[in-house]
Amino acid sequence: MLTYITRRFLQGIAVLLAVSMICFFIFQFMGDPVVRMAGLYATFEEQAEVRRVFGLDRPIHERYVRFVWNALQGNFGKSYVSRVPALNLILERFPATFELAVCALCIAFTSGLGLGVLVSLKPYALRNRFIMALSLGGISLPTFLTGILLIMIFSVFWNILPSFGRGDAVQLGFWRTGLLTQDGLKHLILPSLTLASYQLAVLLRLTRAGMREVLTQEYIKTAWAKGLPPRIVVLKHALRNVMIPVVTITGLQFGELLAFSIVTETIYQWPGMGNLLLTSIYENDQPVIVTYIMLAAAIIITLNMVVDILYALLNPKIRYD
Amino acid sequence: MTERRITSRLLWNYLHDLSALAGSALLLLFITAALAAPWITPQNPYDLTTLSLEHFLTPPVWMEGGTWPFLLGTDDQGRDILSTIIYGCRTSLIVGFSVVFISGTLGVLIGLLAGFYGRWLDIATMRLADTVFSFSTTLLAFLLLGIFKHGGIPVVILAICIADWVRYARTMRGSVLEVKQEAYILAARAAGAGNLRIMLRHILPNSLTPIFVVVAVDLAVVIMLEATLSFLGVGVPLTEPSLGMMIAIGKNYIYAGMWWMILFPGITLVLLVVGINLFADWLREELNPKIERKG
Repeated sequence: MLTYITRRFLQGIAVLLAVSMICFFIFQFMGDPVVRMAGLYATFEEQAEVRRVFGLDRPIHERYVRFVWNALQGNFGKSYVSRVPALNLILERFPATFELAVCALCIAFTSGLGLGVLVSLKPYALRNRFIMALSLGGISLPTFLTGILLIMIFSVFWNILPSFGRGDAVQLGFWRTGLLTQDGLKHLILPSLTLASYQLAVLLRLTRAGMREVLTQEYIKTAWAKGLPPRIVVLKHALRNVMIPVVTITGLQFGELLAFSIVTETIYQWPGMGNLLLTSIYENDQPVIVTYIMLAAAIIITLNMVVDILYALLNPKIRYD
Repeated sequence: MTERRITSRLLWNYLHDLSALAGSALLLLFITAALAAPWITPQNPYDLTTLSLEHFLTPPVWMEGGTWPFLLGTDDQGRDILSTIIYGCRTSLIVGFSVVFISGTLGVLIGLLAGFYGRWLDIATMRLADTVFSFSTTLLAFLLLGIFKHGGIPVVILAICIADWVRYARTMRGSVLEVKQEAYILAARAAGAGNLRIMLRHILPNSLTPIFVVVAVDLAVVIMLEATLSFLGVGVPLTEPSLGMMIAIGKNYIYAGMWWMILFPGITLVLLVVGINLFADWLREELNPKIERKG
């Protein structure tokens, strides 16, 4: 097990290095940063001076080592637009994204699993066919359209929920939370529903498919034959075995959650990391883009590692050398 | 003989499944409309000579202020909504089918080689696939297009392909690993067949079944992805029609009560994707041996 964890850890570092290399080269070949920093009307002498001061005249491998060294210390350079360190800019927005994502995940998980179990018990009942039809709509509605439709219904037509920003937020140390005020919670409803919708439908379908396979197994028949109450058979014997792949897939799909949070934050002008990334892309703010990519990569790789290790620990059928 | 019977059973089941038929009918409708676009649309919305600003923001004909031939109204540039939708479907379908074809072929080949040869080739490709997969197709395609932006439809297709081949490669590899153990592969090898022949004649056709489901699901996913990317402004350029971009333009007028700019392209996109998903669902149930039917 320890060998497995070590190997997994080394692989994670290798991937992170590869991502940093790709980022670095894109950074190098997408426009000359000197023109931006020295200004459009700088003379050749001034440009050369900037190049020397920032170490841009050094050979490329030396610059890459310097980039990684700085990145390890959390120094990704300053944003071209707002002239503050890119990492601070992103970390400042992190709580907003985190709160939104966690709320969405909770909604998606509880309703997805619950409905999935419900539907799998009587797959051909009318009510369950209706739920499945809705879930088909759920996976066929792209997140951005869900968001806009929710705004049209709840903000434009009925005018009962806000569709813009995060509302009143409270500062708790370094963490700025919107969960403690009524206004903040009200602003959270539509974005978290939007972000949850797709994942909910996917989880529902995964649970249903898994349950339908498990419910035909011999050990379930045995459990019924023993006269166990339905609650025990369904929740303990069947659902437990479905949970492992479902949780694993959710954990491994964190990149998807990040991507859809970009969409959701853009629609609702939610002041999070995704919204910042899209603005930075429009403004060619490379340090911010690179920081976001490196940060996302680090989070995704760590999370994958944790999920894989937990999977190995929880599932007695899997034994890594 | 058996193969023939299986095909006809599949066909019989297909012809007797209402949702599969409805799904393919929807898809067929959209494909026909997209192909016939220049002849059936009242206006070419991207031919600047036919546009006139006096017709901008016209509501649908049945509402007050609506005029023919703008059946579903116009947008802020005076483009006919119905015509733009039909041309937008064209973009969606071109991107969808191109990506499925290119990344499907690539993924199947990579999966076949990785599963067949194993060892370092398997480890290297599957590690790469795992990494790409964990970043997710959406995030990767978005980042690629965010960096290399304003490229046009081929660049959009390429970016999605770079992120999308892993679906096929992983499924194919798993399938190949199963088929490789079958007795008839051993028999073929005993009969003196070479690696290439075994791979192409025996393994490839027998391991393709799960790929069909992936193709169907992926087509829907890619069409939604293209719309999402265009909605965010990193997808197809402004000079090309796209359902996602139409909705992005409509979003600017959401509080002005001009719902037709969002609702019609939105409904079209959903119907297109629902059609494909209905068919994909049927295919998945049909090709999955593990499920008891009509229980």
